[in-house]
Amino acid sequence: VLTNKDLLGIKELSVEEINLILDTSAGFKDVLGRDIKKVPTLRGKTTVNLFFEPSTRTRTSFELAAKRLSTDVINFSVPTSSVVKGESLIDTALTVQALGADFIIIRHSSSGVPHLLAKKLRVSVINAGDGTNEHPTQALLDAFTIREKKGKIEGLEIAIVGDIAHSRVAKSNIYSLKKLGARLRLIGPPTLIPKEMEVMGIDIFHNMEDGLRDVDVLMMLRIQMERQGKGFFPSTEEYSRNWGLTLERLSLAKDEVIVMHPGPMNRGIEITSEIADGPRSVILEQVTNGLAVRMAVMYLLAGVKK
Amino acid sequence: MNILIKNGHIIDPLQRIDRVGDILIKDGKIKELIMQDAGYKMQDRKIKDHESDSRIIDAKGLYVLPGLIDMHVHLREPGFEYKETIKTGTRAAIKGGFTTVCCMSNTYPVNDNASVTEFIIRKAAQEGYCTVLPIGAITKGQKGKELAEIGTMINEGCIAFSDDGHPVMNSLIMRRALEYSKTFDVPVISHCEDLTLSEGGVMNEGLMSVTLGLGGIPAEAEQIMVFRDILLAELTGGRLHIAHVSTEGSVILIRDAKKRGVNVTAETCPHYFSITEDAVKGFDSNAKVNPPLRTERDIKAVKEGLRDGAIDVIATDHAPHHRDEKLREFDMAPFGISGLETALSLSLRLVEEGILTMNQLVEKMVLNPSRILRLNKGTFKVGANADIAIVDINKEYRVESERFVSKGKNTPFEGWVLKGMCFLTICKGKVYEW
Repeated sequence: VLTNKDLLGIKELSVEEINLILDTSAGFKDVLGRDIKKVPTLRGKTTVNLFFEPSTRTRTSFELAAKRLSTDVINFSVPTSSVVKGESLIDTALTVQALGADFIIIRHSSSGVPHLLAKKLRVSVINAGDGTNEHPTQALLDAFTIREKKGKIEGLEIAIVGDIAHSRVAKSNIYSLKKLGARLRLIGPPTLIPKEMEVMGIDIFHNMEDGLRDVDVLMMLRIQMERQGKGFFPSTEEYSRNWGLTLERLSLAKDEVIVMHPGPMNRGIEITSEIADGPRSVILEQVTNGLAVRMAVMYLLAGVKK
Repeated sequence: MNILIKNGHIIDPLQRIDRVGDILIKDGKIKELIMQDAGYKMQDRKIKDHESDSRIIDAKGLYVLPGLIDMHVHLREPGFEYKETIKTGTRAAIKGGFTTVCCMSNTYPVNDNASVTEFIIRKAAQEGYCTVLPIGAITKGQKGKELAEIGTMINEGCIAFSDDGHPVMNSLIMRRALEYSKTFDVPVISHCEDLTLSEGGVMNEGLMSVTLGLGGIPAEAEQIMVFRDILLAELTGGRLHIAHVSTEGSVILIRDAKKRGVNVTAETCPHYFSITEDAVKGFDSNAKVNPPLRTERDIKAVKEGLRDGAIDVIATDHAPHHRDEKLREFDMAPFGISGLETALSLSLRLVEEGILTMNQLVEKMVLNPSRILRLNKGTFKVGANADIAIVDINKEYRVESERFVSKGKNTPFEGWVLKGMCFLTICKGKVYEW
């Protein structure tokens, strides 16, 4: 069983807990393959999606996962909430708790917000992405997908390409894949890869070709347009020329390499359409697996004694 | 009524006193010092006389220090009375053993003109528990563009100038400030931070900031400005005082500058030699401070700087905030630590560790601030104001912010067990016991 009532980050999870979530996810994936995709497991519970940052994919995935478990779901998003009236974060969260929520799924642009709420609230807080800190369920669904495709994670050569510095997806994946025994490489310009990560025993490549050689798994990150003009790289065109994934570059990796992307993709910038839609891509399977993993997380957290 | 402090271990480096004795206070002034040396018995009769018409304070086993001087506090008044007032802030000072505090200019309105200075001085005279000496802004509105009326503010009572958390980025204006202030022999206090390099930062840059996903402030953001200001002090001959030194690099730059004879002094704060960036773990906004908490290596360098004199002063940078402001997203919470009530205990650890002697601690917390600000304080010479802190260096206690008298309960030292605290403070003729 899990030890904490909250899922704040991969940092806070043990290897056993990660494996438990992945194993449980497999069961829920079976459920999703059935004709009737809903189970009564958490009937009577209430889930609140508290999203302080725009999100369609993650929010929808959590919403659907919660509904498949038969919980009632409320979406509380910033433009329609009292947050615009100047209510403090804590007051908003306490209000949601007072309304009877059992799960609060939170996304916020500031790192540490789920941790702050977890300390102040009795309910289970699930981090759906906080600032540039973590996005644990994305890393769990990525690990689940790799395990499903490769049969294992330990010993695999896994490369993450792109804006590592600003990516909570990358951070969570780094913690999770390291805990699960993979060998990690980060690829991208020095402006987007914190040099401190070398201390964590990760190889850093600034040259895409060098970094791609013999990898088993390739994770592409979305390049944020707003990084342009801030000195991280001169233009998306130049970025694409140096770090975009093309078929030619992909041929440097192992033949059976899988290509992942957390979405949404910038086709033609970090990844070409031929690859995104091609046989090596598991991008849409990641989305499907996300549902199973989020169901597993909620199911397991419901079993934690508070 | 006179006050007679008996049997205390008196420390007065200016008079080279470091021994047990008695101090007689009359009308808020030092009337007489009677040291327990060879001639003590001879004065038996006189002491008996003093005892008969004095309030007697038994300081046996305690240190009697000149009242501490904190040259860097934020009293928040006028403008932010919900965070702290002159009344509550000076009460916290007294509790911490401080009898003089210098308040920074970032009030609302900014202390950039004589009327604000006059307000602070008047309010402090009416409600302040200890002496309050205002630090004026270098530039109008702390905007870094035009010099404020430095001379006029000095006439009203300002003793130094600083734009504090809004460092003067324009090197020409900083040069002018260092030049112009020479007229009045006052220091320009620099909060050294290259704002372009620290932009978006909320903690020290390093593995920890990467791991927590928080914006980093590199040590270089401080050091670049330390070096710039040292060069400008060298160019102009103006008096530069570097506020809250937090990095190894800054200590080295200041030490080298002093060797070259540059007119520079420097302070650090207890949190920069007591805790590292580790305190931010778990996103504790009470550990959010600017400059940020650094690393073990920096702590070591700051201690060495205190030991060898590269750093002259221990100040608190007492920065009280309302609890609601700290109970926010880490990014949005304000920078600052409420420091007046823990400073002495944390600094006494340096004595315990053998980094400073008790005499040197008094230099860092009393004499050097007095010297830098030309205050003529910090001694028990007959006729001097009786600003006194009686300290029990063995008293252990647990830090409980709810018991702070400051309005600011924001401390990263919550729950720490500290040793050594102020037992009693005498200021402006009044005795405060804790």
